Amino acid sequence: MIDLSNIHKSYITGTNRLHVLKGIDLHVKKGELVSIMGSSGSGKSTLLNIIGILDIHDEGDYRLNGQLIHNINETKAAALRNKFIGFVFQSFNLISFKTALENVALPLYYQGVSRKKRNRMAAEYLDKMGLLDWSDHMPNELSGGQKQRLAIARAMIHQPKVILADEPTGALDSQTSYEMMDLLQAINREGITIIIVTHERDIAERTNRIIRLRDGNIGDDHQNGIKKETTGVFNRP
Amino acid sequence: MFDLDKWQEIITTIEKNKLRTFLTGFSVAWGIFMLIILLGSGRGLQNGIEAQFASSANNALWIWSGQTSMAYKGMQPGRPIRLNNEDYELLKKIYPDVEYLSGRYSIWSNQTLSYKNQYGTFDIHTVHPDYDEIELIDMKKGRFVNETDIKEFNKYVVISTEVEKALFKDGTEPVGTYIKVADIPFKIIGVFSDLDGRNNNSRAVYLPISTAQKVFGGTNRINTLVLTAGDASVEETKLMEQEIRTYLARKHKFDPEDDRAIFMWNATEEFERFQNLMGGIRIFIWIIGIMTIIAGIVGVSNIMMIVVKERTKEIGIRKAMGAKPWSIISLIMQESILITGIAGYVGLLLGVFLLETVSAQVQSEFFRNPEADFTLAVAATVILIIAGAFAGFIPARKAASIKPVEALMDE
Repeated sequence: MIDLSNIHKSYITGTNRLHVLKGIDLHVKKGELVSIMGSSGSGKSTLLNIIGILDIHDEGDYRLNGQLIHNINETKAAALRNKFIGFVFQSFNLISFKTALENVALPLYYQGVSRKKRNRMAAEYLDKMGLLDWSDHMPNELSGGQKQRLAIARAMIHQPKVILADEPTGALDSQTSYEMMDLLQAINREGITIIIVTHERDIAERTNRIIRLRDGNIGDDHQNGIKKETTGVFNRP
Repeated sequence: MFDLDKWQEIITTIEKNKLRTFLTGFSVAWGIFMLIILLGSGRGLQNGIEAQFASSANNALWIWSGQTSMAYKGMQPGRPIRLNNEDYELLKKIYPDVEYLSGRYSIWSNQTLSYKNQYGTFDIHTVHPDYDEIELIDMKKGRFVNETDIKEFNKYVVISTEVEKALFKDGTEPVGTYIKVADIPFKIIGVFSDLDGRNNNSRAVYLPISTAQKVFGGTNRINTLVLTAGDASVEETKLMEQEIRTYLARKHKFDPEDDRAIFMWNATEEFERFQNLMGGIRIFIWIIGIMTIIAGIVGVSNIMMIVVKERTKEIGIRKAMGAKPWSIISLIMQESILITGIAGYVGLLLGVFLLETVSAQVQSEFFRNPEADFTLAVAATVILIIAGAFAGFIPARKAASIKPVEALMDE
């Protein structure tokens, strides 16, 4: 699904050149639930941005679903993101003046899905997240957990192959964080590849594979056997 | 391509920022308002002055006499020059193809007109048949003086509607009726109207010049000679002036250089001067108007720039969700065009409304019927749409070029 080989990325700030990723080789198969850990500045967010084509690497090969990401313009990148990737952000990144339903329906809008159809689908996904009663509410009327579930609904509505979550539990309390992980695990069981960037060990512990970045290199990459299961909210009757 | 969702989105953003949108729109509305007022007023000025010219042929050459101011062939200066029928014939001979030619002899001594027991004092002009084409008289009833009247010394009179109003209060049909002109009965052959802000042409009667010279003892005198130059250019009419001056100087024995002996008023030249002036004023007005609109555009552009800045994060989110650059560009451009369009239209309507209101109140000699015509409205609309697109273009480009990863980090 995701093939990175010898990925380099540096940022130029003034006269300084900051070499963030120093030749990353990473392969994520379809259906994996992966967490990327590392101290701040280790390049984990940069890596996630490159995987999500929000940022372009300087060097190396990146294949998404077999397609080489090289020299693509913003229009193409947008189309690829829309087709393959769903994003979940630490700060939710909901559009504040749109209702929950409109927020969820946004990726479908950019796919050119008719208003009626996308509203129906959005309602369906809100229902899955237990937020149907909140569909006409504005994001600022929702709690942190509700906002993140809304963001997850939005990340899933266009049925992406990969969900990229950048510190999805960073703004949540631990109880809500665990609920969020239950949800992501349930989604993963449906066959969707999930990559989570986190610095919280207990969150990473609940993924199947943990990758540690150290100074722009992969320091450690191991399968995680211990997998704590709880009843998922996602598969409620 | 009409995209309902996009418009809804734009309307939502506008609703969220009512004051900002209003202020932005105001600068544009003001620009268009000023442009309309300026152009309308310019048109009013033009209409007013054109009406002045419309009161008589704008290609006429008027000639009247004065006194010599230079000694010539042993004659002292101060000798009055008197035009007469021979001069009329002379002009006819010099210009056999002249468009219109007429002499005019005005009665100044007794200007009383009377019908039964109604009296009034009016201007009494005596003219040749062509005069109605030169003074641009609008015949309402009957006819004007003709050649036969001149030849047969007919005691006919053509009166103005004003005279009719004053003398025929009893409702008698004036044409065919006799009135007394300076105590001599004349038969009315026509009624005319002559709208003229400057002269009292609407308070006038016209008699055949030959009759008048006979009846009022004017012998063969003519006060004023007037001819029209057809479609001759200003240079040609100036040449005509020179020619006529030379001929008349020879005939009346005055120095051709003497500019006090006879006077001329060249309407063609004046009309061209006026048209150049109006052209200049129009260009000036457009420049000011366009400058004002540019100020408005800069305002809109500025605001849209701020809008883009404010919405950077949102644009980042949209891009992450799969928004293509073009969709962002069209979003900003459409908002800009919508604001400019609506605000501009409000300005346009207010401007036209004001012109219409003022138009009824302000009617002076040199200012009448200020108006903004349909072409102008269309031009203004086109300007607005282009302006809106211009105002939105740079901010939209900026928005589209924002990198999603940077936009998402924006707080």
